[in-house]
Amino acid sequence: MPKKELETANRPDNTAFTQQRLPAWQPILSAGIVIPGFVLIGLAFIGIGVALFLTSRNITVLEMDYTGVETTSDCYKCSAGTLPNCVCNLYFTLNETFPGTVYFYYGLSNYFQSYRKFGASRDDNQLSGDTYYFTSPLAVCTPYQYDVNNNPIVPCGISANSMFNDTFNLYQLVNGSKTVPLDGRGIAWWSDYNIKFRNPTSDPLRNAFNGTVKPPFWSKPVFELDLTDKSNNGFLNQDFLVWMRRAALPNFRKLYRRITGPDYASGLPPGNYTIEIAYNYPVMSFNGRKKVVLSNVSWMGGKNDFLGVAYLVVGSLCIVMSMVMLIVYAKFKFPDDV
Amino acid sequence: TLCSHMRTLRVDSRTIYVGHRPCHDPEAFIPPKFCDNRIVSSKYTVWNFLPKNLFEQFRRIANFYFLIIFLVQVIVDTPTSPVTSGLPLFFVITVTAIKQGYEDWLRHKADNEVNKYLVTVLEDGQRMRKESEKIKVGDVVEVVEDETFPCDLVLLRSSREDETCFVTTASLDGESNHKTHYTVPDMEQDLLSLNATIECEQPQPDLYKFVGRMHMYRNNQESLGPENLLLKGATLKNTEKIYGVAVYSGMETKMALNYQGKSQKRSAVEKSINAFLLVYLCILVSKALVCTTLKYVWQSQPVFFSVPTEIGLKYNLMYLKMFTDFLSFMVLFNFIIPVSMYVTVEMQKFLGSFFISWDKDFFDPEIQEGALVNTSDLNEELGQVEYVFTDKTGTLTQNNMEFIECCIDGRQFVFHCCIPSLVLLVSVNPSPCGDNEKEELFLRALCLCHTVQVKEPAGREDGLGGAPGDQVDGVLGQDGAKCHPAELRGFIASSPDEVALVIGAMKYGFTFLGMESNSMKVMNRNNEVETYQLLHVLNFDPVRRRMSVIVRSKSGDTMLFCKGADSSIFPRVRQHEVERIRMHVERNATEGYRTLCVAYKLLKPEEYALVDTELREARLSLQDREDKLLKVYNQVEDNMSLIGATAVEDRLQEEAAETMEALQGAGMRVWVLTGDKMETAKSTCYACRLFQRGTELLELTVRTLEDGGRNREDRLHELLLDYHKRAVQDAPPVKAGVTRSGQSPGDYGFIIDGATLSLVLNSSTDSDCYKTLFLKICQNCTSVLCCRMAPLQKAQIVKLVKCSKGSPITLSIGDGANDVSMILEAHVGIGIKGKEGRQAVRNSDYAIPKLKHLKKLLLAHGHLYYVRIAHLVQYFFYKNLCFILPQFLYQFFCGYSQQPLYDAAYLTMYNICFTSMPILAYSLVEQHICMEALLENAALYRDVAKNAMLRWGPFSYWTLLGVYQGLLFFFGVRFLFGNPALQDNGQVFGNWSYGTIVFTVLVFTVTLKLALDTRYWTWVNHFVIWGSLAFYTFFSFFWGGIIWPFLRQQRLYFVFANMLSSVAAWLVIILLIILSLLPEILLQVLRKPRGTHSRQVLHTHTHTHTDRYYPHKHTHTHRHTHTHTHTHRQVLPPQTHRHTDTHTDRYYPHTHTHTHTHRQVPHTDRYYPHTHTQTGTTHRQVLPPHTHTDRYHTHTHTHTHTHTDGHRQVIILANKSLVKRTSL
Repeated sequence: MPKKELETANRPDNTAFTQQRLPAWQPILSAGIVIPGFVLIGLAFIGIGVALFLTSRNITVLEMDYTGVETTSDCYKCSAGTLPNCVCNLYFTLNETFPGTVYFYYGLSNYFQSYRKFGASRDDNQLSGDTYYFTSPLAVCTPYQYDVNNNPIVPCGISANSMFNDTFNLYQLVNGSKTVPLDGRGIAWWSDYNIKFRNPTSDPLRNAFNGTVKPPFWSKPVFELDLTDKSNNGFLNQDFLVWMRRAALPNFRKLYRRITGPDYASGLPPGNYTIEIAYNYPVMSFNGRKKVVLSNVSWMGGKNDFLGVAYLVVGSLCIVMSMVMLIVYAKFKFPDDV
Repeated sequence: TLCSHMRTLRVDSRTIYVGHRPCHDPEAFIPPKFCDNRIVSSKYTVWNFLPKNLFEQFRRIANFYFLIIFLVQVIVDTPTSPVTSGLPLFFVITVTAIKQGYEDWLRHKADNEVNKYLVTVLEDGQRMRKESEKIKVGDVVEVVEDETFPCDLVLLRSSREDETCFVTTASLDGESNHKTHYTVPDMEQDLLSLNATIECEQPQPDLYKFVGRMHMYRNNQESLGPENLLLKGATLKNTEKIYGVAVYSGMETKMALNYQGKSQKRSAVEKSINAFLLVYLCILVSKALVCTTLKYVWQSQPVFFSVPTEIGLKYNLMYLKMFTDFLSFMVLFNFIIPVSMYVTVEMQKFLGSFFISWDKDFFDPEIQEGALVNTSDLNEELGQVEYVFTDKTGTLTQNNMEFIECCIDGRQFVFHCCIPSLVLLVSVNPSPCGDNEKEELFLRALCLCHTVQVKEPAGREDGLGGAPGDQVDGVLGQDGAKCHPAELRGFIASSPDEVALVIGAMKYGFTFLGMESNSMKVMNRNNEVETYQLLHVLNFDPVRRRMSVIVRSKSGDTMLFCKGADSSIFPRVRQHEVERIRMHVERNATEGYRTLCVAYKLLKPEEYALVDTELREARLSLQDREDKLLKVYNQVEDNMSLIGATAVEDRLQEEAAETMEALQGAGMRVWVLTGDKMETAKSTCYACRLFQRGTELLELTVRTLEDGGRNREDRLHELLLDYHKRAVQDAPPVKAGVTRSGQSPGDYGFIIDGATLSLVLNSSTDSDCYKTLFLKICQNCTSVLCCRMAPLQKAQIVKLVKCSKGSPITLSIGDGANDVSMILEAHVGIGIKGKEGRQAVRNSDYAIPKLKHLKKLLLAHGHLYYVRIAHLVQYFFYKNLCFILPQFLYQFFCGYSQQPLYDAAYLTMYNICFTSMPILAYSLVEQHICMEALLENAALYRDVAKNAMLRWGPFSYWTLLGVYQGLLFFFGVRFLFGNPALQDNGQVFGNWSYGTIVFTVLVFTVTLKLALDTRYWTWVNHFVIWGSLAFYTFFSFFWGGIIWPFLRQQRLYFVFANMLSSVAAWLVIILLIILSLLPEILLQVLRKPRGTHSRQVLHTHTHTHTDRYYPHKHTHTHRHTHTHTHTHRQVLPPQTHRHTDTHTDRYYPHTHTHTHTHRQVPHTDRYYPHTHTQTGTTHRQVLPPHTHTDRYHTHTHTHTHTHTDGHRQVIILANKSLVKRTSL
């Protein structure tokens, strides 16, 4: 029957989709759902907020500026940057035990690691141990791609060149001074240390760097960063890795060491301490500040009051809003809210 | 002499040498050059496709903008690689190019099919097979039956004896009737030796106009008209073969000239998008400016490390550097205007338009067709219509004519269909008998004065054909048996009125048998065949509003029969005859019938001879033929005698009144623009409930103007001022969009006719003042009726309203060729697939089979499309604002160095992959209110009227939301990063972690925001919303989990995984998402009343509940419609009362909400005036006692309605069907 065929050919398909009649869930945000929902969210947030707040409160932080701006500071002499190999000391006293594993951070202020040129000026191929790029670093490394004699710089670029090079030693002042051992392992991201950064496969390491020069601001080449520990040398030097992970904001801190020594594994006992600082890194020219931070951490990381307060505020906000809504609805009654 | 004459031709005509044979003077023969017969509808060739297509695509402002951004990225040192904007742009351009290329390929294919078609050409006495494209102007072409003509031909020879051929032009103008075309008169028999030239006008697109002259060797001249021209695209029917000479070829044929593109219509939404775009461009530029300025302020201070490249440039280069910095910022922030928005909008429109053509409610079983979408650009405009301009005939009415009665010489005759009687004429008024002669003359006039053809094949197949005598018997036999032999006879005409009249005459005993070699055969009541020689047809035209034929009877009398509108006939007949008939005509018109008057005139032989020569001369003239013809026609059709009048009923379209009511309920104003006369149109308006009993009619017609007996202009001025005072100044202030709730006191209807309208529009004095007055009055009236409109006037009115203050969105709907101009003029043009050909459909934006479909098209589809696209646009701007704002804020923390906050992959993929699918799905399937509710409650349409969702209010709300969320994202994470040691092993997070946290919050928030807005969660929504989030998570893992060899910097390596290992990051993500969405949730709850409203409507219609003990699901819909039906015409609209009761079942916990819709039709009876007094309020107060049983799937509902007048009604329903209704 050709007529019938024609009919079926022309007639629109009668399917749920073509007729816009797909079965659908049609939720309505009614007060009946929203008010209990808000109460629940509010309670949960307040709970989390209290936990966060208390945790944050329990974290001990000791933050000390050692830029040497004030003349009273021991580091004042070094801040001008005229003295080579300047060493200064930072004294502090703990009246009670600094509990838990203590993390040693250094902090920089007004330092724009987040500057685009700063971050872009690096060659990840070099850093993953590709020796081809040792001889011809990427152009993005300019102006630290080649030195004046046209020797390639390894590691090239502004990022690497500007590596933080103050070093710290911590002593407890008890019967003279007792070194507090600082553990430099595990301060960098696992993935950076194990996958992203690789040393060239050559033994000894320095052979791979023939024909290259160190970044001009560095005092020693990259393969001599840690001669005592092979696994912490070259591109795998954890201080280097930490530095190469760019900070997000101009005031930042970076992990320097963990205090895990046998006597100090559960915290720093009360007493007097001194930090011996090899003051190399100039910050005064751009009005920067340097500090050391001692802190312990919790499940939420370092001390951060913001999260706890924010949770408490949002949680109470939810409760208040649900109360207001309840009053509004009790008063104006929306009969169909079952 | 002939050729010398030819050489002095005017340039606006062309000369064709038939068969390329020059006339006597071979030296003077310069073969004229014409274009070849190739049809080229394609735009590109293989060679120019790439450059031409690219050029066209980049002419679009958006594409050009993105190209510029891309080029800047390539040239200037910018933070993001050119890939981030190049890839999406490339994708968009490629997809568009492929689509356009494919479409062009299809056009090439279609062209080739036509161009390579083999045709037969007579060449030097040989019949040659040639490809159609090789035909040259002047070739003599042979066409056989059922072939289409390869080019425009002048018919030279036909195989039919009467020198005619039949043609159907269905593919040209949709008219499927067979049209007769004639060979050139006095044609030589031998085409091979024919030596002739044709002189005709230059190609022009009008299908129905052709003027030419043929000069033959024998030195005689013949005039050529459209009846001699066979158009390319038409098909030869009922004729074995014909020969014709090509006069127009290829792109110069009338068909090709008619298929040129229409101008593009742009929707209001698009204009809003452009306005928003401008705002965002300003935001973009100011952001870039702020950053550039601050960068240089900041750099003038000591910075953290000395980069020789950054500072210390010479001053002359400094400005260049600043400029490139500015561009660089522009590139960084350019994602605020994404390419993908344009793609998504296009896709939404394209895919969304399928829902219209797919809708089975638009399918009309009669014509086996559904709705047709000619453009998808205007979908949302359907939800914005403020003015509806509708044609009457064929749109409001069915254009299905039925002969109702006639009036002969002042006596009225009504045809009684089913009373088998020999005397078919029933005289209503007892008549002074006799006068049969007048009756017969009248019926003969009806049989002769028309251009109807008899459908031949039907007769032949039935075996009735052949000799006319047989046909007569056949028809006679059937006639006795059935009342409607029309279907059997099969008349074809361009106007259904004519068919109705011929059929009417047939019922009275005079049957038109058809044409045979220029003579018309009519069978009279005594079954005798009368033959009349057809001398001239004075065709119908809308200016004269009448048509005539001149015939010669066997007895040698030459008669002129004329039929036409009363206004055009009355002045041309003897005045004393008029009065008796005028009464009838007016009464019929008030009843809503179409009336025609019939007049005749006996021509004396010398009179006829004069007329004949004049007509021939006028037809021969090349210049001003129309005017000359008109003059002759007017001269001939004068001083006639009036025989009678006919009344033909044109029934209202199905649900015409309901549709009109719904449109008005939706806040639209309906204007009826018709060529019909006022009385007829007015009654149609009443029948459609456009005018109501309480409507005060303001008339501005020739009649009212002439009432005062004064100068028309003065009177017009006076009336306009008066109406203005009544309708505009004194009227209570009408709220925008609200026109009618019941019958408000200030309910005005306005009536104007064509003549007055042209007076208003073209008035010599203060024409602008009149125009504005007129417009103001009309805009304050609920309905406006414009009658006796010429097609162009219809367009003029549309234009007037379109360009008035506030530029309201207009919609024109019509079915005929005379509506094309207004369909093209209005913002949205709707064609009805009616009986008057396909011209309206071809020129429309949307075509629907019936008027009633307009309701769903506007109220449901239009409303939904508008909401969808408006939401889409707002959402796109919003999501890109809160995407880019954190990146802008980050500049303050990175020394204005154009450091991107997000990784390049995120920047690229955000709009393409992570957030595009949910909004696309939303914009295709969302139904914030379900379709039934939209249809049921027309007032919902007003919620979106006047571009409500895309005005500056909602736009600033969305923008503020974007700013709020953007600030929240950035600063929330900023405070978290006050101490970047966020992992429990003391390690710190860097800048990419920062960006990734912000980005994660962003993606989740904008997706969940959409989820909050979604009211209609189908599996598609679930799939894309949760799928997008899952894809984002998966992608981030994947992107950061592998060392990608092609990446220069593995910036995101392990960042995402590390982020997830931090509890603080999780907590901040959750916190920020919830905090961002809080205001939105609150607002939605506070907006509750609207939500309830729509839900209530929604729930009353479908109600699903599950039974605990007898697990089953059923949906039942209750809708009771009580309609008081009256046999006579109902003039007033129904009032709808709804009352709702809710009850809960104790044992099977579920809630039922029943709404009873009482459609009560208050009415006035013309003969027994009384009014129904039941009103909505009393009705509502009486809530019915309600029983409801639910046992074993059987539902019995007993509704008892107690009316105030004590009359009780019990309705028992089982499941869906009405079981019993008792009135007590």
